[in-house]
Amino acid sequence: MSSGGLFEHFTYIVTVFLMVAGLYVVISRGNLIKKLVGLAVFQTSVYLLYIAPGKLIGGTAPILAPQYTVYSNPLPHVLILTAIVVGVATLALGLAITVRIKETYGTIEEDEITAADNAVQATEDAKS
Amino acid sequence: MSLSAHLPALQVVLPLLSAPLAVLLRHGGFAFVIVTAGAWAAFAAAIGLWLQTGEVGVISYHLGSWAPPWGIEYRVDRLASFVLLLVSGTAAIVLPYSRTSIEREIPRDLHYLYYAMFGLCLAGLLGITITGDAFNIFVFLEISSLSTYVLIALGRDRRALAASYRYLIMGTIGATFFVIGIGFLYLMTGTLNIVDLGERLRSVPDSRPLLAALAFITVGVSLKLALFPLHQWLPNAYTYAPSAVTAFLAATATKVSVYVLIRFWFSVFGETLITPKLPLPEILLLLSLLAMFAASFTAIFQDNLKRLFAYSSIGQIGYITLGLSFDSVSGTTASIVHLFNHGITKAAIFLLIGGMVFALAKNNAVPPAPTFDRLAGLAKRMPLTCFGIVIAGLSLIGVPGTAGFVSKWYLILAAMEKGQFWIVGAILLSSLLAVTYVWRFVEVAYFKPAPEGTTQQEAPLGLLIPAWILVIGTIWFGLDTSFTVGTATEAALQLFKVGQ
Repeated sequence: MSSGGLFEHFTYIVTVFLMVAGLYVVISRGNLIKKLVGLAVFQTSVYLLYIAPGKLIGGTAPILAPQYTVYSNPLPHVLILTAIVVGVATLALGLAITVRIKETYGTIEEDEITAADNAVQATEDAKS
Repeated sequence: MSLSAHLPALQVVLPLLSAPLAVLLRHGGFAFVIVTAGAWAAFAAAIGLWLQTGEVGVISYHLGSWAPPWGIEYRVDRLASFVLLLVSGTAAIVLPYSRTSIEREIPRDLHYLYYAMFGLCLAGLLGITITGDAFNIFVFLEISSLSTYVLIALGRDRRALAASYRYLIMGTIGATFFVIGIGFLYLMTGTLNIVDLGERLRSVPDSRPLLAALAFITVGVSLKLALFPLHQWLPNAYTYAPSAVTAFLAATATKVSVYVLIRFWFSVFGETLITPKLPLPEILLLLSLLAMFAASFTAIFQDNLKRLFAYSSIGQIGYITLGLSFDSVSGTTASIVHLFNHGITKAAIFLLIGGMVFALAKNNAVPPAPTFDRLAGLAKRMPLTCFGIVIAGLSLIGVPGTAGFVSKWYLILAAMEKGQFWIVGAILLSSLLAVTYVWRFVEVAYFKPAPEGTTQQEAPLGLLIPAWILVIGTIWFGLDTSFTVGTATEAALQLFKVGQ
């Protein structure tokens, strides 16, 4: 199958691209919201990693009936349903914390938050 | 079937049920009663399971009577029952403590949510330990992690929010790495049951997906267990979380992650063709030594007592992983013993610090940070609190007669068995660093004069009693090692029987 090499691994290439792109955004961006966007993309790539190999072209749900012979594996779908719930919960919690950070710090830029923390630390050190 | 046959399910279900009930009740007092009852019931179940595994070795419980590897299996061996005892026991002690402790740290209308999150976190940690299904571990890992982020964010200092956010990012990356690794294993074998995975991977040739799976799982779990240099989230999270939360997390969260690492290295990858070819023990040895020295050294220069002991925790995790890196029964025994001993020691210290800042708070205000300038001459006014910290500090150093001595003794024995005497020297040298940072506290609290006009009294009994139960525990397990070392040896033997 040398001719279809790229196409054969198409889903894996997409998965890995999303994975690395998401992780890169988490690391490179200083904006807390953008970091969460990257994190969500990173997590979504994992859904694809599980789902894509479980699907057979032309396969149906595993129902025992004479007219079907090719079935897709349903287990990855169930697993990823759980993972999606986890991902949504993480994103919601991350956004909630970001709202609180905006309320108390007045910014959602990581370097400004660090600077504010360092300033507090400096005044605490000066007192002691 | 009798109740005792269902202990593995009850172990997780009882605390898991207590959390939504606490939310429905919307009342701090009722929530406290119900979550504490759940934690104590879990502790009772853990004792029951410990007794059962002592007789039969391994308990396999089939959820919904679906036989593994199709159904989800709860599998309790000696190691799991030992970790279950540590987690549920710590929760059973910390929860009564939080009743008083959070009065000044968390607004009263949020108390019921605090208890709900605590119940969820406990259920998640117990679930990780007990389940025999790899994907189930991920789900429970996220249940405990998400509730942990909330618990940390409940701290009054705004830096708690930033710490919680950072932990959320790092923790989610760790958990996602872990689930990517599980995905590779599932693609290769078509199973998620841990025992089944271990058996099927034996016939998988030395291949790149196997290597990738091992790498993703190891790095992901190492993030959660704060293995040096993946520990960046830990110091701030421990420093700014409410006192009770810090104590609970320090004793349980990282320890359960160590358990996951042991579980995967031994039960899943233990018999694969790939493991002997990788320098895993060497890498772990190097990182452990770095943690023992760099983190303990950083601890010496901290001005905040909580942060000091947070860095000490990273160093102590180094001792736990050091034992694993020996790749021997005695080394693994030492790791498991230290996992337990350090858990109760650190919980005792953070509970006592919580009592200290509670008493330092003036007029029911928010407790201040325990910086050294506030601690001058404190031993005169809070003799019990300070003496407790000194005893637990001695256990961190590893002075004979304390729990810390026992685990370091077994670590040194394991190092000598390997013939690596320079590691013995490294263990002793890094203990000197522990002497230094514990001495900083002793010097300030015992030998500096108290500032004029201070009248704080000893911490209230509701905070002192739970903390002192753990302090006495550190002495008890330093003198009578039959429970800790006995169980750990049996656990290590079980792990290596699989590995042969």
